Amino acid sequence: MQSSNRKALLGLTLFLILFPVVAMNVSAIGHYLDIMIFVGIYCLINMGLSLLMGYAGQISLGHAAFFGLGAYTSGILCTKFSMSPWLAMVAGVGITALVAYIVGVPSLKLKGHYLAMATLGFGVIVHIFFNEEVSLTGGPSGFSDIPGLSILGFSLNSDLSYYILVWFLVLLTLIFSLNVIHSRIGRALRSLHDSELAADAMGVETSRYKVMIFVLSAVYASVAGSLYTHYVGFLSPSSFDFFLSIKLVMMVVVGGMHNIWGALLGTWLLTFLGNEWLHVFHDFDILVYGAILLAVVMFLPDGLVHLVPRMSRVWKRG
Amino acid sequence: MTKITLTGQLIQYLFTGVTVGSIYAMVAVGFNIIYNVTEIINFAQGEFVMLGGLIMVFFTVTAKLPLPLAFVLTVAAVTGVGALMERFTINPLKNASVLTMIIVTIAVSILFKGIAMFVWGKDPYIFPPFSGSKPLFFYGAAIQTQTLWVLFMTAVMVVLMTIFFKKTRYGKAMLACADNPEAARLVGIRVNVMILISFALSAAIGAVAGAVITPISLMEYDRGALLALKGFGAAVLGGLGSFYGAVVAGIFLGIIESMCAGLVSSGYKDAVALILLLLVLYVRPSGLFGNVEASKIKEF
Repeated sequence: MQSSNRKALLGLTLFLILFPVVAMNVSAIGHYLDIMIFVGIYCLINMGLSLLMGYAGQISLGHAAFFGLGAYTSGILCTKFSMSPWLAMVAGVGITALVAYIVGVPSLKLKGHYLAMATLGFGVIVHIFFNEEVSLTGGPSGFSDIPGLSILGFSLNSDLSYYILVWFLVLLTLIFSLNVIHSRIGRALRSLHDSELAADAMGVETSRYKVMIFVLSAVYASVAGSLYTHYVGFLSPSSFDFFLSIKLVMMVVVGGMHNIWGALLGTWLLTFLGNEWLHVFHDFDILVYGAILLAVVMFLPDGLVHLVPRMSRVWKRG
Repeated sequence: MTKITLTGQLIQYLFTGVTVGSIYAMVAVGFNIIYNVTEIINFAQGEFVMLGGLIMVFFTVTAKLPLPLAFVLTVAAVTGVGALMERFTINPLKNASVLTMIIVTIAVSILFKGIAMFVWGKDPYIFPPFSGSKPLFFYGAAIQTQTLWVLFMTAVMVVLMTIFFKKTRYGKAMLACADNPEAARLVGIRVNVMILISFALSAAIGAVAGAVITPISLMEYDRGALLALKGFGAAVLGGLGSFYGAVVAGIFLGIIESMCAGLVSSGYKDAVALILLLLVLYVRPSGLFGNVEASKIKEF
């Protein structure tokens, strides 16, 4: 692992340890712990999206569907078949990976706009499925009473314990993803991003790698979905609609899609904006989202994370 | 009141399908215009339809202008929006990657949606049909006169666009840009201007679609995305770039959807068009009417 990554990882871990200490002692930001859990859940999805978009150069406008598949599989298996939550999570990963593979193989033969539309269409179809299969999913009104998680008899029903679980998984996934990026697979992915033709000619099995990373990103999203289900305890299709897919892509792009740290930064910023700081705008948050996304793409195409080295250079000089 | 027969029902579904299908067709033609010149798929295409409908409501209901004037003003306003979009977002981003272009048009579509919600709120709006709300009866099916307006406008639009691209200097110049922008520039075509015109035209046709469909299906701020997706389905099904293909495929999608809603399940009606879109993309991305040979040189 590169030393810059190691430093950033250390910084993040320190921040994660200090955060609850501060949040739980300052009552004005006491509920930030709850928001940070959602940040962690979305971070899981977006690390996968970052690998897919930033490193492999493919787009997906349907990741809310994989998130939803994980969430619904967990929810349904736990409530209707009283399966153990951890087993249900694994089942969710299996189902989501299978669906991602079936959709990914033909979809990833498409490029650019076509891939975007195909994944968008897929996401909307899954959303309609959640709405219509009332006997299974509870339809538009959804279903509740989904049990929480527990480890070795220790129930994770406080915000703090869930925070630790979610962010522990985020850190594990992050380390795994960083290793993927710096492995043979990561190099193959980046070659794909630059020129698929050249990669092909050099003997990189482009289609295999693309599908592989697509399925991996779907698996991340599925785990995130299961964590979401057990935290919220309630599921309805509106949490997995097409606008969520767009928002996820937006988080990755705003943070900086060519860098996995960017995905984390964007997710953190936009989740806090959406859940907390944009409340002044009530329903008009869409307007603000659109403006932010447009401004970043137009004026800061490498995302906010690109500002970090620039700022630290200024810092050192100053 | 006559008894509702099966034939009557089928005819009813057929007309509903053709009406909705015409709107998909116009969205598809809008996609094609921009695609023909720039090879960009504009994700904000559905938003032009939404804006067309809502601005028309503003001019007819709020400002109480006579219908023809309101119609012209609406189309002009949305055309302006399309031109502004090109000037401020597409034009500055020359040589951007496809991924960036996709995200930019998505950002614009979110922005339009947000502005519409800011101005009109979340409620659906309607204004009275062009020529009265008394329906015509046809083999036991009730047909709204507005349906005929939708069909008429679609036909007018397609004929106008075809004439424009096949016969006029500007139209031919625009096609040349799509073929090879460098070569087009060398022979003195101002590619910049052509791209601007393509966005304006595409916005105009979206506005027309929005203005004629609103009396039938109402219009609200978040209608754009699904319209764009289905319109794209029609464009791909008909072979991207082909106007007649887009119209046939759009109407075909509309009929299938309406038959499915009436005879099978209304909940899955939106899924039908999308499943068809996926199948076409997977199996034959050149579309049902597209030229397979020509599509080999395109990037899918």
